[in-house]
This record gives sequence, C-alpha cells and structure tokens, in this order.
Amino acid sequence: MRFTGWAANYIDERTSASTAVKALGRKIFPDHWSFMLGEVALYSFVVILLSGTFLTFFFDPSMTEVEYEGSYVPLQGIPMSVAYHSSLDISFEIRGGLLMRQVHHWAALLFVASIGLHMLRVFFTGAFRKPRELNWVIGFLLFVLAMALGFTGYSLPDDLLSGNGLRIIDGMIKAVPVAGAWISYLLFGDEFPGTDIIPRLYVLHILLLPAILVALIGAHMVLLIVNKHTQFAGPGRTNDNVVGAPVMPVFAAKAGGFFFLVFGVIVLIASLFTINPIWNYGPYDPSPVSAGTQPDWYIGFADGALRLIPPHLETVIFGYTWSWNVLIPLVGLLVFLAAAALYPFLEAWVTGDKREHHIAERPRNNPTRTAIGAAGVTFYAGLWAAASSDLIATHFRLSIEGVIHALQFVTVVGPFIAYFITKRVCLALMRKDREIALHGYESGRIVRLPGGEYIEVHEQLDDFERWKLVSYEEYQPLMVRPDARGRITARQRVRAGLSRWFFEDRIAPVTQKELESQRH
Amino acid sequence: MAPTSPAARRSGRRHPLATAALLVVGLLATGGAYALATTSATAETTAASEQLVEEGGKLFAANCASCHGLQAAGTEAGPSLIGVGALAVDFQVGTGRMPMAASGPQAEVKPVQFTQEQIDAMAAWVAELAPGPAVPPERYLAGDGDAAIGAELFRINCAMCHNVAGAGGALTEGKYAPGLAGVDPVHIYGAMATGPQNMPVFNDLNLTPEEKNDIITYLKYVEENPSVGGFDLGSLGPVSEGLFIWIFGLGGLIAVTIWLTAKSN
Repeated sequence: MRFTGWAANYIDERTSASTAVKALGRKIFPDHWSFMLGEVALYSFVVILLSGTFLTFFFDPSMTEVEYEGSYVPLQGIPMSVAYHSSLDISFEIRGGLLMRQVHHWAALLFVASIGLHMLRVFFTGAFRKPRELNWVIGFLLFVLAMALGFTGYSLPDDLLSGNGLRIIDGMIKAVPVAGAWISYLLFGDEFPGTDIIPRLYVLHILLLPAILVALIGAHMVLLIVNKHTQFAGPGRTNDNVVGAPVMPVFAAKAGGFFFLVFGVIVLIASLFTINPIWNYGPYDPSPVSAGTQPDWYIGFADGALRLIPPHLETVIFGYTWSWNVLIPLVGLLVFLAAAALYPFLEAWVTGDKREHHIAERPRNNPTRTAIGAAGVTFYAGLWAAASSDLIATHFRLSIEGVIHALQFVTVVGPFIAYFITKRVCLALMRKDREIALHGYESGRIVRLPGGEYIEVHEQLDDFERWKLVSYEEYQPLMVRPDARGRITARQRVRAGLSRWFFEDRIAPVTQKELESQRH
Repeated sequence: MAPTSPAARRSGRRHPLATAALLVVGLLATGGAYALATTSATAETTAASEQLVEEGGKLFAANCASCHGLQAAGTEAGPSLIGVGALAVDFQVGTGRMPMAASGPQAEVKPVQFTQEQIDAMAAWVAELAPGPAVPPERYLAGDGDAAIGAELFRINCAMCHNVAGAGGALTEGKYAPGLAGVDPVHIYGAMATGPQNMPVFNDLNLTPEEKNDIITYLKYVEENPSVGGFDLGSLGPVSEGLFIWIFGLGGLIAVTIWLTAKSN
C-alpha cells in the first residue's frame, strides 16, 4: 500500500497524470448493446496486432523459387515461392503457428464485420450528425483501410487463391483508360505477376497501412471523448447530458472483461474452424483458377459487381479499349463509397440543421434516412450475394444465369423497393407509437359491460415507457426563401425540393396538450 | 530265410523301361487331362461371356433402349453409346446416374439401380458394339501414386470446376461439377477416361493411367486427412468463412453485448 502510494505520487509529480486520469475516469459512457460494436472492432484489432506480430517472426515475403520440403505430403517436391513456403511452414512446422494464422485471419474477418455493423448503427441512429461528422469520416477511412489491410494480407501467402485475387486487381487497374498499363507496371514492377509484388504488399501490410490505421483509431477515440457518446432518449437523458457509467471503475472493468470475451471467442473459433487452408490451393500459377474462388467477404461486393455487369461492354476508341464492363463497376463502387463517406454533409445541407445532436434517433423516427440506408444495404447486399453466385447456384440447385439475373434485379431495382417499403414501415411504426402513447396498449383483458358489450381494456404506459415514444424531434421541409438580393437561386430550389422529399411524409410527435386531453 | 524262386524274382523285378513308360503315361494323362480341362474352361468362358453379353443386351433393351435406342445408336432422348466403352457404362450406371430419374440439366447421382453383375453385363454388351475405354486394371486404382503430382495435375486440370479440395462447383445452365469426396476410385478413373456429361475426356495421351492414379491418390489423401485447421466448413473457400464469422462470430458477440448491457433484475 505504501509502495503504491509512493509510486503513484512519483509518477504524478513527473507527468501530471492525475489530471488526465481524473478527467478520463469521470467520463461517462451510456449503456446499450449497440454501442459496443465499435468496441468489438477495437478489440479484434488488438488481437490482429498481437497475432500478426507473431506471424512476422516467421513469414518471409520473398518470391524466390524453392522446392517444398515440408511435411504436407501433396506438395512435396513442388516448386514454390519462399513466401508460400514460409506460410506453409507457419501452418505445419511452427508450434502454434497454424492457430496464430487462423486467429489472425478470423480476427480480420471479425474486425471488418464489426466495423460494418458499427457504421450501420451510427448511420441508422443519426449518430453522425453535428458535431460527429468528422468522426464519421475518420470511421469511414478506418473501414477502407481495414479492407485494404485485409486485401494485402490475403495476397501475402502467394497461394493460388491470393494470386487469383491479385490477377483481378491487376485486370481492374489495366482497365483504367490510357494509364492502366503504366499503373500496373508501377505496382507489379514487371508483367504480372513479376517478383516484386509480395514484398511490396508486405511492407504496406505490416508497416504503412497499420501505422495509418493506428493513428486514425487514436483520432477516432479522441473525438469520441471530445464529442461524448450519444445516448437514446429516456427520462433524465437530454441533449445536454450523458447518463451512464463512469470509465473508472465500472466502464473500464466492463470493457476490459469484454476485451477478453472477444479475444476468447476469436481463439475459440480459430481453434475449431479452418480458415483459408492455403495448403489446398497450391503455389500461385497464373493458369489454374479453382471453382469457388472468392475474395474475403469485405471485398465480395466488388467481386459481385464484376459478376453482375453484363459482358461484352467494350468500345475501341483511337486504338484504346474501353472496358466498360470493368470501368462501370469500378466507378459505381467509388461513387457508392463516396456517398457513404459524405452522407452526413449531404443530410446536413438538405435538412439545414445546424444544431448539435447528442440523442441517438430511433431509426423509425427518421423514415427517409432509414429508407435511404435500407436502399444502400440492399444495393450492397445484392453485390455481396453476387460474389457467391456460383455457390448459391450449386447449393440451392439453381442455374447460375438465373441467380445472376435475379441479383441484377436485386441490385438495380431492389434498392427502390427497399426504400419504399422501409419508409412505409417506419411511418406505420411511428403511427403505432403515437397510438400507444395516446391511447395506451391493449392489455388483453376483455370486459363485459352491463349492456352486454365486450371491450378490451387499454392500459396507459408508465411515464418512462411513454418518454421513449414521444420524445423525438420534428422537422419541417425547408421553405424556399429569396436571398439577400431578392432572388431564388436554383441551388435553393434543389435544396428545398430535397428537403421536401426528406420530410414531407412525417408523423408529428405527440404533444403535451394531446397527452393531457387524453387523460380524462 | 526262404529260398527265392526264379519266378518270384522275375515277377519282383521291374522292366528296365518301366520307369520311362510310367513317366510317359503320367505325362500323357496329366497333359491330356490338362488340355481337356483347359479347352473345356475356354469353352465355358466363351459361353459365359456370350451369356453375359446376351444378358446385358436384354437388360439394355429393358432399361436403356427407350432413350438410347435398341441398337444403342441413340435417339432424340439420349446419345449413341457406340464406342463409349465398358468404362462409361460402369461409371454411369455404377454411380446411379443412369438410368436417369428425370430429364434435367444433368444426370444426378442416386442409389445404384443394378447389381455389379448386371452392370458388368451391360458394360460387356456395350463394349461389344465398338471398341472403347475398358475398366482399368486394379493397379491404376490403388491410390498409391504420387499425391504431389496428383495435386498439381488436379489443380491444373480439374480444380476450375471441381474446386481445389474437390468440393465441387457450378457450371452453366444449372449444371454443376459434383463434389469428389467418397467417390470410388474406379468412378474417378472412369469420369476422367470417358468424360461424362459436361466433363472433358482426359484420354491416356492427355493424362496417362499412372497420372490418373496420382490424381486418385491426391483425392484419397484429401479425403482421408481431414483439415489440420479444424472443421473445414465444406472447403468452399471464403464464402463459408464470411458467413460463419457474420452469423456465429459477430452474432455470438452481439449476444454477449446484450448480456453485458442487460439490466439486472
């Protein structure tokens, strides 16, 4: 005890750590399961970092050709790159190596998946609104970086699967008009595949990209603390406070425990389930492509876009081939990603809302945004499913052409259908909430009146429950107003039009007056 | 001691040529008997194979001719079988693909409809029509070849349809390359040699019988050595891994988050 007191004092006198600990320790985090998805991402990243460090001790990214002399019989005597050989050695010769490889890969899949779900949570609750727009953009960059890290990692073992993946990337680069072939040579240092790509990707994978990722995670955390966490509306929870547990000791203990749970789940999965059995694929050779060759799930949407685009879309202009069947998916996906990154700014402009928001919205209370999100999810899901079109065809006994056409429909028309259905569902749910807030819920108790009439007794909600149903903000479409010079600009008209589209269909929240008039 | 009479002595004495004569008789007898036996055996096998072919013809007429024609020359419903060889029959009927249950994108594996004797009979009848690939000798089916060569040949020639681990894959128009786990070596060999349905023919110039045996060796190795990494999720590659992490990995952790944030009662 005396020693800890002395040590704490020693450190504090030299670093003033107590100020930071005091400030951070009293930081409040609200409690909701969906607020922990970002934590899953953070913790799986820690697992990736630890297992990845282990792997760097044994992995050699050289593309020098050697003959396999390890213990996996069906590869013995086969020429292969040192990179593939060392990946096989990690799997077969190094104690704990296979477990570490599987932990690393499963954690990577979980990392990107939890980022995706975390982003959806932030989107659908409007947690990206002022003052958190920049943190949304940082989060988006983290998502893109995670995909880039995943892809570079997928390419490192230099097995057939990773080579096939690189071949597609090479094809996409070469489809870029005029500069494509130059970029490809710059990246690969030779005609594909060359002997440079694996060491180059290795440097990106273990040095540059993780460094940027760690820096951005730091910024993401700092902004999270500066902006405070959003919370759902509830009694005592307002736009100006945060209700929850303080970091010290409750939240820290909980989060620390959760870290070990995430770690445990990953190791459990990795110890029981094979991931990327590189020994099946053999060394990379440009001629074979296995059936069921897919990228990891997070690149699937790009692979799916290439599968869905109709074939033969090519034109030759001045001797240059324009491969629209590659360019359209490429540009389309970039537009989609850009729209996701910039959505907070677009919505802020359309709504004209400049206030700070610290209350997370229930998705139903902003029907247009939720519908836009559902449309985006449907678009992504269509592309995503298309990446496994061959497996869908074999496992559901369908023809692959039928699957492709159905998914083309889902990707192109599906978002519109999803938009309208979601918007209607949200409005209907809001009406239901309004109804329940005003007239109570059906208690299931049937009463016979003296006159013989049967009625079901409706019971009023308690104040805590009702709060959730009635406390949301109401927006009005922006009015078209003339500017200082008395003119109405086209920009204004567009904005007013979009705003009308956003807020035209709405259900007004129940007012105090209405509530009081209901209480007879 | 009794006196020995000259007669007794004469009768007890063998003729000098007796041994030679006995040898000749013995040789003639055994040789003759052998010759007799072998000729009768040949006659029997010829009779048996004729009988087999005849029986095969009957089975064919009863079960196959409605689509393939009575002379196996093919109709609109089914292709000609002249020259497909005994191995094709052994593969198609021996895996239950033939007779087809219903016309569809391709003949499906189903429980075998005939005994091996019946299949052999039909194979013999079809082989009589014209020369074609025959059932290979056991030594090419033993699975004792070089798994590494087999794996490489498999990746180059087979994996684009059947998947590197032999898990199968999709083809056009509802057709598919089936998974290869649990397939009898003779059927693997038969598929390569005869190219059933959408599969290309890998004849002996393309893949020698020894190389076919190497491929069988590799497939049997994969079958008998389950993935060292744990359950293989169907060896389907990243799709099943992605589904697994979303449903069980993330799903399980969401359950944990709900548990952690649940209000204590």
